[in-house]
Amino acid sequence: MLLKRIVKPLLDSSRDLFPIIAVICFFQLFVLQQPFPDLANLLVGVFFVLIGMSFFISGLEMSLFPLGENMAYDFARKGSLFWLLVFAFFLGFGTTVAEPALIAVASEAAIVAADGGMILNTDDAKASYAYGLRMTVALSVGFAILIGVIRILKGWPIHYLIAGGYVGVVIMTFIAPKEIIGIAYDSGGVTTSTITVPLVTALGIGLASSISGRNPMIDGFGLIAFASLTPIMFVMVYGMII
Amino acid sequence: MSFITEIVFVIFATIKDVLPIILIIFGFQFVIIKKPVTNLKQVAIGMVYVILGLSFFLVGLEKALFPLGKLMAQQLTAPEFIRSGMETMNAVLDWSDYTWVYIFAAAIGFSTTIAEPSLIAVSIKANEVSGGSIGMWGLRISVAIGVAVGITLGSFRIVTGTPIHYYMIIGYIIVVIQTFYAPKMIIGLAYDSGGVTTSTVTVPLVAALGLGLASTIPGRSTLIDGFGLIAFASLFPIISVMLYAQLSEFMANRKKKPTYDDRDTGEG
Repeated sequence: MLLKRIVKPLLDSSRDLFPIIAVICFFQLFVLQQPFPDLANLLVGVFFVLIGMSFFISGLEMSLFPLGENMAYDFARKGSLFWLLVFAFFLGFGTTVAEPALIAVASEAAIVAADGGMILNTDDAKASYAYGLRMTVALSVGFAILIGVIRILKGWPIHYLIAGGYVGVVIMTFIAPKEIIGIAYDSGGVTTSTITVPLVTALGIGLASSISGRNPMIDGFGLIAFASLTPIMFVMVYGMII
Repeated sequence: MSFITEIVFVIFATIKDVLPIILIIFGFQFVIIKKPVTNLKQVAIGMVYVILGLSFFLVGLEKALFPLGKLMAQQLTAPEFIRSGMETMNAVLDWSDYTWVYIFAAAIGFSTTIAEPSLIAVSIKANEVSGGSIGMWGLRISVAIGVAVGITLGSFRIVTGTPIHYYMIIGYIIVVIQTFYAPKMIIGLAYDSGGVTTSTVTVPLVAALGLGLASTIPGRSTLIDGFGLIAFASLFPIISVMLYAQLSEFMANRKKKPTYDDRDTGEG
C-alpha cells in the first residue's frame, strides 16, 4: 500500500520527465557531439526534479485543490458577493506581486526602457520603473480574477470577453511605444505561477459547480485566460503613461 | 554539499513566495467565512508536500537541466555552429540555415511543456470535470504541440526579424474564428491552457533560446527581439487545444454516423 503510494508518483514523474531528458541527451551527444560536462551533478539534479515533481503532484491533490474548491463552496453558501470579489482580487494581486519570474522580467524591462530613453538611466529611475511595472501587472491580475469571477457568477460566455480583450490588445499595440510591446506580451505569460494555477483553477471550478445553472466545464475554466490577457493591456497602458 | 545548502535556501524562498497566498486564504477563512478549514491536517501536510516538492524541483532544474539547456541554446545559435556544415566560413546566413535551431526549439518546447507541473494540475482537473472525456494525455500533448509550433515560429521570427505583432494578430484572428466552430465545452479550457504552459520549466529555457538567437544574429537587439518567445508559447496552445477538441468531435461524429444520425450531445 505504502509502496504503491510512493512508487506510482515516482513512475508517473519519470514518464513526464522522459521527453526533456531525451531531448537534452540527443542534442548533446548527436548534434553538438560533446560529452556531458558534469554527469554526477546532472544525475543528482534529475533525481531532485523527479522527487520534487512527485511531492508537488501529491500535495496538489491534498491541499491546493481542496482549498480552492472549499473556499468557493463556502463563499457561494455564505452568499456574500462583496467579500467573494474582494477575495478574488486579493488572490490575484497577492499571488502575482511576489512572483519571481515577474520580478525578473520587470527589472529587464527597466533596462530596456532606460536604453530606449523612456526613463533616466539611473538605478533609482530603473528601480521605480520596475516597481511600477510589477504593481501594474499585479493589479491587472487582481482585476482579471475579479472579472473572471463575475463572469462565472453571471454566466457570460467567455469568448466575448476574450475576443474583446484581443481587439483591445491589437489596437493598443499600434499606439503603445515599440519598446514595451515584447515585454507586454511576455508579461501575460509569466504571471501565472505553479501555485496560482491549481488554486485559481480549483476556485473557478468550485464556483461553477456550486452555482445552479453553471456548467463547471463551460464556466469553470477561464480565470487563467483573463490573468494572461489583462497584463498585456495594463503594461501597454503603463508604457504609454510613463 | 552545495545541493544541501541550496535546497535549504530554496525552501525558505518558496515559503516566502507561498506566504502571501496562505495569509490571504487563511485570513479570509477565519475573518469572513468564520469556519475552520476542512481537513486541516491533510491540507497542512499537502502544503508541506507542495513547498518541499517545488523546492526540490527548482533546485534540480537550476543545478542540472537549466545550465545544460541554456548552454545548448547558446551553442546551437552560435554562428560557428550554424556555419559548420558550409563550405565557406564567410557565407551570409539565410533563415534556412538555422535548421537545428528550429528542431531544438520545437523539441524543447514540446518536452518542457510535458514536464510543466501547472499543466499537469489543469489536466487532472479537466479530466475530472469532463467525466473523462478530455484525456489527460490528449490535452497535455496538444498543448505541447502548440508550444512546439509557437516556439519554432517565434525563433523564425527572431531569425528573420519580422515584427512580433503581425504574428500575434494573425494568431488572434485564428483563435477568434476557431472559437465559433469549436465545441463549447473546450473554449474556457483552451484559453486557459495558453496561460498555463509558460511556467517554471518552459520560461527559463525558452528565454535562453530567445536571448541566444537575438544576441548572435546581426541587427537584432537582445532586449527588443529577445522578448516575445513566451508570447508565442502562450498563443499557439489555444489554437492546438481547440483543434484537438474539433478533431475528437469530428472522429466521434464520423464513427457515430453510419449507425445513428443524431444531434451531437456535447459528450464528445
